[in-house]
Amino acid sequence: MLKLTRRILAVIFWLGITILFLDFTGTMQPILGWMVKLQFLPSVLAHHLPSIAIVLVLTLVLGRIYCSIICPLGVLQDFFAWIGRWRIFRKNRKAKFANKYSYSKPKTWLRLTVLVLFIVMLVAGFNAGVILMAPYSTYGRLVASLLQPLYIGINNLLAHWSEAQDNYLFYQVEPNNNPTLLIIISAAMMLILFVLAFLHGRTYCNTICPVGTTLGYIAKFSRLKMQVDEDKCIKCGLCEKNCKAACIKVEKGEPVFVDYTRCVVCGNCQTACEKGALHLAPVGRKRLNQGQSNTPNEGDLSRRSFLAITGTTMAAAAIKAQEKTTDGGLATIEDKLVPERKTSLTPPGSLSAANLQQHCTACQLCIANCPNGVLRPSTSIEHLLQPEMQYDKGFCRPECTRCADVCPTGAIKPITKEEKTAIQIGHAVWIKENCLPATQEQKCGSCASHCPAEAIQMVPIDKSIKQNPEDGQWYDAEGNQLDWRAVNDLLRIPVVDAEKCIGCGKCEYLCPARPFSAIYVEGNDVHREI
Amino acid sequence: MKDISRRDFLKIAGAATATAAIASCGGNSNGEFGDLDPAGHHTGAIPTDKMTYRTNPNTGDKVSILGYGMMRLPNKPVTPTKDPSAPAPEEIDQEQVNKLVKFALDHGVNYFDTSPAYCQGHSEESTGIALKASGYDRSKYFIATKLSNFAPQQQTHEEGVKMFQNSLKYLQTDYIDYLLLHAVGGGGLENLNQRFIDNGVLDYLMEQREKGAIRNLGFSFHGDVEVFDYLMDNHDKYHWDFVQIQMNYVDWKLANESNSRNVDGEYLYGELEKRGIPAVIMEPLLGGRLSKMPDHIVATLKQQRPEDSVASWAFRYVGSKPNVLTALSGMTYMEHLEDNLRTYSPLVPLSAEEQEWLETEIANLYVSYPTIPCNDCKYCMPCPYGLDIPAIFVHYNKCVNKGNVPENQQAENYREARRAFLVGYDRAVPKLRQASHCIGCGKCSPHCPQNIRIPMELHRIDDFVEKLKQNTL
Repeated sequence: MLKLTRRILAVIFWLGITILFLDFTGTMQPILGWMVKLQFLPSVLAHHLPSIAIVLVLTLVLGRIYCSIICPLGVLQDFFAWIGRWRIFRKNRKAKFANKYSYSKPKTWLRLTVLVLFIVMLVAGFNAGVILMAPYSTYGRLVASLLQPLYIGINNLLAHWSEAQDNYLFYQVEPNNNPTLLIIISAAMMLILFVLAFLHGRTYCNTICPVGTTLGYIAKFSRLKMQVDEDKCIKCGLCEKNCKAACIKVEKGEPVFVDYTRCVVCGNCQTACEKGALHLAPVGRKRLNQGQSNTPNEGDLSRRSFLAITGTTMAAAAIKAQEKTTDGGLATIEDKLVPERKTSLTPPGSLSAANLQQHCTACQLCIANCPNGVLRPSTSIEHLLQPEMQYDKGFCRPECTRCADVCPTGAIKPITKEEKTAIQIGHAVWIKENCLPATQEQKCGSCASHCPAEAIQMVPIDKSIKQNPEDGQWYDAEGNQLDWRAVNDLLRIPVVDAEKCIGCGKCEYLCPARPFSAIYVEGNDVHREI
Repeated sequence: MKDISRRDFLKIAGAATATAAIASCGGNSNGEFGDLDPAGHHTGAIPTDKMTYRTNPNTGDKVSILGYGMMRLPNKPVTPTKDPSAPAPEEIDQEQVNKLVKFALDHGVNYFDTSPAYCQGHSEESTGIALKASGYDRSKYFIATKLSNFAPQQQTHEEGVKMFQNSLKYLQTDYIDYLLLHAVGGGGLENLNQRFIDNGVLDYLMEQREKGAIRNLGFSFHGDVEVFDYLMDNHDKYHWDFVQIQMNYVDWKLANESNSRNVDGEYLYGELEKRGIPAVIMEPLLGGRLSKMPDHIVATLKQQRPEDSVASWAFRYVGSKPNVLTALSGMTYMEHLEDNLRTYSPLVPLSAEEQEWLETEIANLYVSYPTIPCNDCKYCMPCPYGLDIPAIFVHYNKCVNKGNVPENQQAENYREARRAFLVGYDRAVPKLRQASHCIGCGKCSPHCPQNIRIPMELHRIDDFVEKLKQNTL
């Protein structure tokens, strides 16, 4: 009964979270979004007290049920272990149970060292180490980097079919171009987890996982525990052999020992027991060994200073518009290249690149959900695999708050569309060397006409033509007023009012200069309201 | 920094859609036609000896009422080049062109209209090859081509002569039956003088007519009526053997509905008829727009003659005017050709009432739809900034006709229309070639025979798209 309930719930959570990572349309977010908000490490990082309370209460009542149901990485490992059983069944077709595990000694020293190390890295801001150990984000990366490309591929096939049928059910989406580093890290994690879980069940959860260790020591105090009725127990050892956490020790003449820091309350032992001797039952007020509870320190973290990368070099994209002599054809469009930004751009709601770095566990959920191709995993060591924004494939659309909606860690805090229009994440910078009016005498104004914040104006290159501040009109050197047509005919360059700019990147994306735009967004050290 | 020459138009490859197995020349349009009715009309062989012919009063040429326009030739994808950023290259599907031309000749079509500018400059050569390959004697068909000196560097006497001589070379012939000053009217008299009068190119062409290298000299007209009137007034001087005009049942009376600078077909045709100058008709189908009609116009037309295509009405309409020498159709697909051959083998003229019904009732219904009068001719292309202008307009018009351009969020079908417009937009036009990338340089507008203010329309469409995306319509 316990096992069945656990399995059903686990599958629901696992599917829900997986779908959330795959679904680029954002439709499932309102229905399933709470599942990731319940993830322990993210909610600790988000200071999300209700979620923390729910998990703690659950653990204090039922034990480490979180690891068996809510944690998608735990469920994935159970799945790998379940595949591992077939190896046994192939040899012995009559076997009722796999009987493949055996008790192993608690590696308390290792577990606590790893946990302490994790907390130290968290406090010190050694993000690369943190994200590699965090269970939920590890799962997120597996799905986002290994499964979502497949999902998008299938979607695009369906979109192709849909297009042929002239219906609008499916539409093409850009395949996510994950950096090789992310794929390598994910694939390596996948392989390690598969081997460990296939052979030994929950080894990762009971040695490396910081959440597992924390909840494990809390679970020592849980109200309900898996207990053995010594009157019924015949010491056959079936429970031990089927415990994937390797936490049950059965010895002749000794009472059965269960290490509750490692028990994930899966119920496999209960099902395996032929005598019905195992029960998840309340414990009496008997004295327990002093367990240590280790919640990650979420205290004030020091702001990290960023290396100022200077000497941004921008190559001018020379566009030579020749006179056409024949009709038809399409001009070649050179791909945009991303400029080197001194401060990286992070989504509105993330407060600052530093804040994002502290709170983000690089689960890739926002990146998998970004509909504009703006967010992508960083490959720099200090922001490893955390989201950063680039505007070569799109810009941060004003009506979209998808990343803020999905983020479970509070690295990107929830914002409304209205709030978004007033958050300055960066400011546009003009690069004369790339600008068409300045270099090729080609009238443009793409950036100014598209700016949603009206932060860009076009001013005549000819400085003798001046604007009268009183009537807002332009006058030439002789003092003649120019009508709007005459003004439009002038070669004009964009000027940015950095106070108004919100850093959405529409100007950068739509700038005709290629491969480097003539206007690009430089990140703000700290986001501000305008 | 990438090589500047990458931007050069010389290197521009074919259209973008790699998926489109066959697209019309220079783009991914469906050619001039929408769907044809399925069975019924297409069964039975097309007669080979029933084509209607018109006689050219000057030369006595017996010209088929169906003329083959070589502007929308079928394309096929070619093996991609090494340059990954280039659009998927395409080239003219010569095999298909040969097949279409042979089929047309076999069924009585004998007028082929091309230009040095068509299909990125490959149309004349392709036409020449197809005509040679057909096995028909040169005397059995008429070739029309043009002096398409649109770019300033082509507007010298020397370049004009070179262009004409190249036409002879590419078309593998030593005479042209019908030679046209290509698209005069745009840019007014000044442009006409600059292209043909001041540099003596027109004098040269008249000399060639004397020598027999040009059998008929005429011009094709778009735009400023002042130029048309000037050329008519000087008919005694130039002796136009024919004139090519845009005419169809919408443009007969309502040409300026879409643009105040456009001239009604009724006026143009009337002026030619008055002087006994035969009229060659272009855009009888408005670039296919008169076959891709809104549902209830389709229903109205089909109700009258359920077995005839929507397009057949437009062809019968122009054919019913007696001074029409031939009606040009850019037939990309065999189905287009077959349908037109049926319509004109022989032509069943429309009654006066039917003509009036089309000119007034149907035309008024049609212009009540706010489509953009783009005929997908691609004269505006290539856009130096990579936009696919005709594809954007074609998509917009398709949505207008299907009722997928909602006026506001209160519109009954707002949600479905929004999705259809936006999803369809991304399908029809790659993101980097959409209207948002227009910088308003205006290089396109002077090339548009329909006088569309292209940047203005693109910006309007982009505003609409933004409002749809932001749900602020």
